[in-house]
Amino acid sequence: MNDIEKNVWRKYQKNIADDNYFFVRSCIRQNFFPASEQAFLKIMRNVLGKNVIEDPKHTTCAGIGYHSDVVTFDTLQTIMGRHFSLMTEAGIKNVAISCVTSFGLYSEVLETWKHFPKELEKTRDYLYKATGRTFEIPENIAHCSDIIYKFRNEIAQKATRKLVNAETGEPLSIVDHIGCHYSKIFPEYGEGGAEFPQVLTGMVSAWGGNSVDYPERRHCCGFGFRQYLVQANRGYSVSNTYKKLVSMEPYKPDFIVSNCPGCTMFMDKWQYTISEMEHKTFGDGNQGVPVLTYEEMAGLILGYNPWDLGLQMHQVSVEPLLKKMGIPYDESLKFADKNGHKSSVPFQPSYIL
Amino acid sequence: MGVLKKKLLEDIRFEEGLQACMNCGICTAICPAAEFYDYDPRQIVNTVQTADDETLIELMKSETIWYCGQCMSCRTRCPRNNTPGYVIMALRKLSQEMGFFTESEKGRQQLYLKRTVGDNVLKYGYCIYPKEVKPEIHPEQGPIWEWIHENRTMVYDRMGGNLDKPGEGPLRAIDKETLNELDSIFEVTGNNEFFKTIESYSEKQAHEMGLQINNTMNCEYVKHINTANEKQHQR
Repeated sequence: MNDIEKNVWRKYQKNIADDNYFFVRSCIRQNFFPASEQAFLKIMRNVLGKNVIEDPKHTTCAGIGYHSDVVTFDTLQTIMGRHFSLMTEAGIKNVAISCVTSFGLYSEVLETWKHFPKELEKTRDYLYKATGRTFEIPENIAHCSDIIYKFRNEIAQKATRKLVNAETGEPLSIVDHIGCHYSKIFPEYGEGGAEFPQVLTGMVSAWGGNSVDYPERRHCCGFGFRQYLVQANRGYSVSNTYKKLVSMEPYKPDFIVSNCPGCTMFMDKWQYTISEMEHKTFGDGNQGVPVLTYEEMAGLILGYNPWDLGLQMHQVSVEPLLKKMGIPYDESLKFADKNGHKSSVPFQPSYIL
Repeated sequence: MGVLKKKLLEDIRFEEGLQACMNCGICTAICPAAEFYDYDPRQIVNTVQTADDETLIELMKSETIWYCGQCMSCRTRCPRNNTPGYVIMALRKLSQEMGFFTESEKGRQQLYLKRTVGDNVLKYGYCIYPKEVKPEIHPEQGPIWEWIHENRTMVYDRMGGNLDKPGEGPLRAIDKETLNELDSIFEVTGNNEFFKTIESYSEKQAHEMGLQINNTMNCEYVKHINTANEKQHQR
């Protein structure tokens, strides 16, 4: 790469802090993929030796309420100011954000404060009046997928397997979906910007997989906030996911990886809905295409137990993928409690077994 | 300039979201909502740019401003760096403040959103909380979610969660002092008043429609706004 090319690409690269992060959780991930957040902390602390602080007093950022138009921008900014206050108390200057919607909103709030300093002043006043708190502005914010991307090569060195078919040795075909709010609103906050997002492709390549392009790669998953949350509107949501699934189908992906909490959940759950409504499945036979978080993908190559990673919380069964990767698992423990005691098992759907 | 346009300009998102639209229509071309609904963000921006109060009132009473899914794909593609999605957010806020939202089927849904994700923030400290994601109103979540919902204490414990308990971890109980701080933020920033406005206009609308309304999710009006699809929303 020559100097001109390097300069062109510089604007698509972001600065991600090396260490010492204040971790803020995602509402959707805590509900649907809690083990992924725990895997993030385990990888950061135990594999990479990084300092990540969690304060139980942090709350939702209220982003889903904000994008549903029932939480105002003043309120959102003040809740984020409170999180920065907790970060300041902890003596930390970098924020690691689990949720893509939150990440987009932290970016929006910081950009607003840069361009409209009176909004920052107003937020400081509101927060002080409401709680007596003050805060420092963080030096660095990053989505958790940015951080895993930054350390992808270190993770590869500690991995016990690659993203390959254990029988043939061929790289797995992996399609990605990046949450809209990761970089469509503020491209400079995303690795690769909105045009060349590298955050998931970089992990897939570093860990031996084959990242496959597809026509609707940048299309929204269809969450749409009110378009999913209200029952009457859910046709919007499932139609957009359907469009994506149809678009990736000819490329026969072994799995989908996403960095967004809602997108991961919808692309998993809507496969079930579509199979029941239309008798249509997107994987081999009556199977769906597994949808993994980036921590689940990292956990599998690091040799973590699939059930410790929470893969039993997915509607689309992951066992065909585990077999393909040669990963051992105990089927009898899939729905067991943490002591290995059996619990009830979920109802088996007609499709997506 | 009309009074309502001035009010829209007070919203920072309106100021940031709309400089000078040249009506190229890229926002509509990229928009997932425009593919699904009879929806055209280009036309909305055009209306807002040129409108008087009467036209703006008509827009804020209409179904169309509620079709956007706020993916913000429009922002990435606009050659003028506008964000039609932000314009929509400013219109929706003003529509609720002025009480216009209850005039449309999609607008009336704001009470449902206020009583779910909105109230969850103050009640739990989370927008989404497992016991509120009830399988009977979320059949699309499938049998695995039903299993998680029924066995949630065991499942979250297995996943390293900390459901409803003090301390760190996923779904930990948010302590009383923190919830009080959130409530105080909502009070100081006017969000509690905004909630009351949504409730008050909705109550009036329920009476006009002859539907029973109370403070539960099981009343006729709330069930109606969550499920009604009586208007023609698609092309």
